[in-house]
Amino acid sequence: MDLYEHQGKDLFARHGIPLVEREVAESPAEARAAAERMGGRVAVKAQVQTGGRGKGGGIALVASPEEAEAEAERILGEGFKGTPVTRLLIERLVDIADEFYAAMTLDRSVQRYVAMVSAEGGMDIEEVARTRPEALRRAAIDPVLGLKGFQIRYLVGHLPPEAREGTAGVLARMFELLRAADATLVEINPLVLLAGGEVVALDSKVTVDDNALYRQPELAGLRSSFPVDPTQARANEKGLQYVKLDGEVGIVGNGAGLVMSTLDVVSQAGGRPANFLDVGGGASADLMATSLEVVLSDPAVRSVLVNIFGGITRGDLVAQGIVEALGRVDAQVPIVVRLDGTNAEQGREILERAGHPRIVPAATMLDAARKAVELAHAHAGGEA
Amino acid sequence: MAILVDENTLVVVQGITGKEGSFHALRIKAYGTRVVAGVTPGKAGQSVDGVPVFDTVAEAVEQTGANASLILVPARFAADAIYEAALGGVSLIVCITEGVPVQDMATAVNYLAGKPSDLVGANCPGLISPGKSNVGIIPGEICSPGPAGLISRSGTLTYQIVHELSQLGIGQSTCIGMGGDPIHGIGFVEALSGFERDPQTEAIVLIGEIGGSDEEQAASFIAEHVSKPVVAYVAGFAAPPGKRMGHAGAIITGSSGTAQAKADALEAVGVRVGRNPADVAELMERALGRT
Repeated sequence: MDLYEHQGKDLFARHGIPLVEREVAESPAEARAAAERMGGRVAVKAQVQTGGRGKGGGIALVASPEEAEAEAERILGEGFKGTPVTRLLIERLVDIADEFYAAMTLDRSVQRYVAMVSAEGGMDIEEVARTRPEALRRAAIDPVLGLKGFQIRYLVGHLPPEAREGTAGVLARMFELLRAADATLVEINPLVLLAGGEVVALDSKVTVDDNALYRQPELAGLRSSFPVDPTQARANEKGLQYVKLDGEVGIVGNGAGLVMSTLDVVSQAGGRPANFLDVGGGASADLMATSLEVVLSDPAVRSVLVNIFGGITRGDLVAQGIVEALGRVDAQVPIVVRLDGTNAEQGREILERAGHPRIVPAATMLDAARKAVELAHAHAGGEA
Repeated sequence: MAILVDENTLVVVQGITGKEGSFHALRIKAYGTRVVAGVTPGKAGQSVDGVPVFDTVAEAVEQTGANASLILVPARFAADAIYEAALGGVSLIVCITEGVPVQDMATAVNYLAGKPSDLVGANCPGLISPGKSNVGIIPGEICSPGPAGLISRSGTLTYQIVHELSQLGIGQSTCIGMGGDPIHGIGFVEALSGFERDPQTEAIVLIGEIGGSDEEQAASFIAEHVSKPVVAYVAGFAAPPGKRMGHAGAIITGSSGTAQAKADALEAVGVRVGRNPADVAELMERALGRT
């Protein structure tokens, strides 16, 4: 779960990471009032989960409350890169002496956290690593030990002397936050040295581990602040892993790897997958029926491929679910079904007995992919 | 021979009195796995189909000589169960549980580094040495003993590929599901190293997917240390960047972790990469010199 900047900054504040004066505004009038309280010179920042706000018009630096109001109206009206904007962060403008970058995240390749500090702020970190590797320092953090003093001293050692102590404090607090909030990423870009000598976070990017939300009730509560597609919401509610894609062959399978592989064979057969949907292990007939409903609710879908290899999942229950779904929804497109593994034989019999005109049996995964793609194309042609 | 589990593996099931725990404990016991104990705090003295239940792993180990633990507990208790198994003295810990916070896994994996307990998982189907021992939830009936060593990041995709191998009469030495989480126990490198030394294993199947750099690391290891033929499959060519495809670890971040990059890295060191599961089985048939 990626937090908005203002939500991340609330976490920063709680963990003692220095920030500049800030207020959330949801209307041009609120933006103006906030700017007035801050003396007029403020930044008006779109709250979105997309990057590139600075260059893309999502951040406006203004000199008066009137300008703040006008820019707020523009951003709230236009949105940012196609995403509607409902909230702005208004921040007092500060005199910046120098800009840096600081981040902590998980490094899968070494199975540890990694802390990074760059002397170049405001830049894409991958670009810094490529073009100015000497400006970037990294330290791997053993989660058993935590972030140690010698690592902090190394990480800040290439910054200007007047910024080191402040940055060291920020790093220690970032790590506390990372652990306390079950974050998988805490990034500050830029981290700035003010003319007065203080080191403050001008931006925040925080990603929270979805698996840990059960023990982060407050953060879990923020979920409702993110825009969710209704189909996605329905799938999530039932515990289904659903990802909308832009093709025409709907996919239902069990197990993430098998579903990914199904998307691949559909692509190889010349089709484009409309979605990723994993019903998970041990799917019941009801869950199977819901899965089909979710996939069929996508108007772009021209055929559906159900690919099940039963381990814990039973083929007979899957078949029952398909028949049940066809009783609940009026399927306008063919459903190609490939069943193997546990109770697959019984499942195939159930489908055959049901004799539903939309059900198309397939013997193998590749055969199923070919049929689903052919039918999708035929169906699209028929409608044109 | 086989790797990690065989007829000498004595299993203690943590969470044996739970719904999942009892179901799978009985399933693998019926397969022939030596399930010698179960653990559920507060339920010592009970038994599940003749398997004695203890309060702690340490007691179970002391009383029964269990040397492997199968963890089937809810995600919030999983890391604790891993520590209990390690401190209880088992040499193999298999954690099936899905949805364990990554912070818990990162801490557990680093704690176990250099300790005498190997971890498989979490969020994995476990492992099976067909005909000898099944420690996990892989359906035993689809496997058969043979020369193929298999290591995979996915559960059902493993079943699919084992199924394709079986259609061609190719059995397995050991099939390991390492799990779909970004931070996990045993991975490709450890399994490849084990299969290279195992006399039963004649060729190796490696099943990867998008996200992280496990496949790239495997490729480097294969180039240096593996003399047996390796055949691979990578899932997720059609997956868009930035979208998590079911598994917590299956996500392309920026330009890294794509299926193409992984397939390229493997092919560069002489590994044949199949285009689909059936193709993998055919490549394996050739690697074993059967066609």
